[in-house]
Amino acid sequence: MGEAAKKLPNIVINPKLCKGCSICVDFCPTNVLEMRGTCVAVKDLAACTRCQLCDLRCPDFAIQVFD
Amino acid sequence: MSTPVSAEKKEKISVPFDYNKYLRPNKLPHIWCPGCGHGIVLKAMLRAIDKAGLEKDNIALVSGIGCSSRTPGYVDFNTLHTLHGRALPFATGIKMARPDMKVIVVTGDGDALAIGGNHFIHACRRNIDLTVLVFTNAVYGMTGGQYSPTSPLGAIATTSRYGNVEPPFDTCEIAKAAGATFVARGTAYHTLELEKTIHEALAHKGTSVVDILDACPTYFGRMNKYKSATHMMETMEKDGTVSVKQVDKLPADKVQGKMLRGVLHKIERPEYCEQYASLVQEKAQGK
Ligand SMILES: Cc1ncc(C[n+]2csc(CCOP(=O)(O)OP(=O)(O)O)c2C)c(N)n1
Ligand code: SF4
Ligand code: SF4
Ligand code: SF4
Repeated sequence: MGEAAKKLPNIVINPKLCKGCSICVDFCPTNVLEMRGTCVAVKDLAACTRCQLCDLRCPDFAIQVFD
Repeated sequence: MSTPVSAEKKEKISVPFDYNKYLRPNKLPHIWCPGCGHGIVLKAMLRAIDKAGLEKDNIALVSGIGCSSRTPGYVDFNTLHTLHGRALPFATGIKMARPDMKVIVVTGDGDALAIGGNHFIHACRRNIDLTVLVFTNAVYGMTGGQYSPTSPLGAIATTSRYGNVEPPFDTCEIAKAAGATFVARGTAYHTLELEKTIHEALAHKGTSVVDILDACPTYFGRMNKYKSATHMMETMEKDGTVSVKQVDKLPADKVQGKMLRGVLHKIERPEYCEQYASLVQEKAQGK
């Protein structure tokens, strides 16, 4: 695997905005996220495919995924 | 549990997106409950506006009253939060005074179709150049979950404890019959498709109506035994709709009872402000 393929995405969560609805956790196709109390957290960063579904369906501007 | 965006992904994806470009500073978190679909719709609208290349100062975002009508408070456009049901008359006034402005209306299904139903049909009839986004959560969210004109038969609401006996409106059929020249439906679940549909609605000249299915987990969800916002999005928005592009290819049983998504009606017809301006000009020239 080349260097580029190994580069991990940067998942930015804003705990001040997350309301813990769990939409991003439920729709993530590769189980990257989990709820910790009322805020989302990253459980398995390496599994993230950068599909952006979490950002697209988060109602609260609380999660974004950058390269 | 979920489907990746692969089908929608063919075009260049619009995220990550700098939402702060359009948001008023320090207004977040918004007032909406955890899992409320209104935030998802707001985000799709901002991406569509960006895609359309509209200037912030050349947009007027007008709403009535309701949870959905709180949308203008969060964005850095010219904004107007008016009276329940009256977003369209205010928007009509703005458009008549400033036809150069892009006037967008955000309204709840109660706001648009119950108290504001009369204004809705007449805006459509005039074909005035407004983009009307109806946030359809099938309930009056703000006032505690009374049934609305789009609540399905049998739905439990604060005012229909034994199930709703009133057949719902089909917002798109009404808009089309009343004369709107662009009519579409989207959902919060299909968020990239929704962004595209709103972008198309913004580009259309005339009354454009986009009926947007989104979830009110707090009232509709809890009263109708949905487990979560996700559960509502999967059953009502994903499984409850079918794209106009696929409908002809699917067997009848896969289409039965589902609402159509996508652009449902698009025609050209003279626009109200232009007709009005040309009449004024004609009379000014003494014709
Ligand atoms: C003239 C008037 N009548 C009634 C109300 C009470 N009221 C406030 S919001 C609302 C309904 C909101 O439902 P909807 O427009 O569907 O928006 P949602 O809250 O579901 O987003 C009602 C009846 C009001 N504010 N003004
Ligand atoms: S970008 Fe896709 S894979 Fe990565 S966390 Fe978000 S939903 Fe999961
Ligand atoms: S979708 Fe947004 S608000 Fe909901 S849990 Fe995920 S980050 Fe938090
Ligand atoms: S009451 Fe319903 S519509 Fe209003 S903010 Fe809460 S979830 Fe959204």
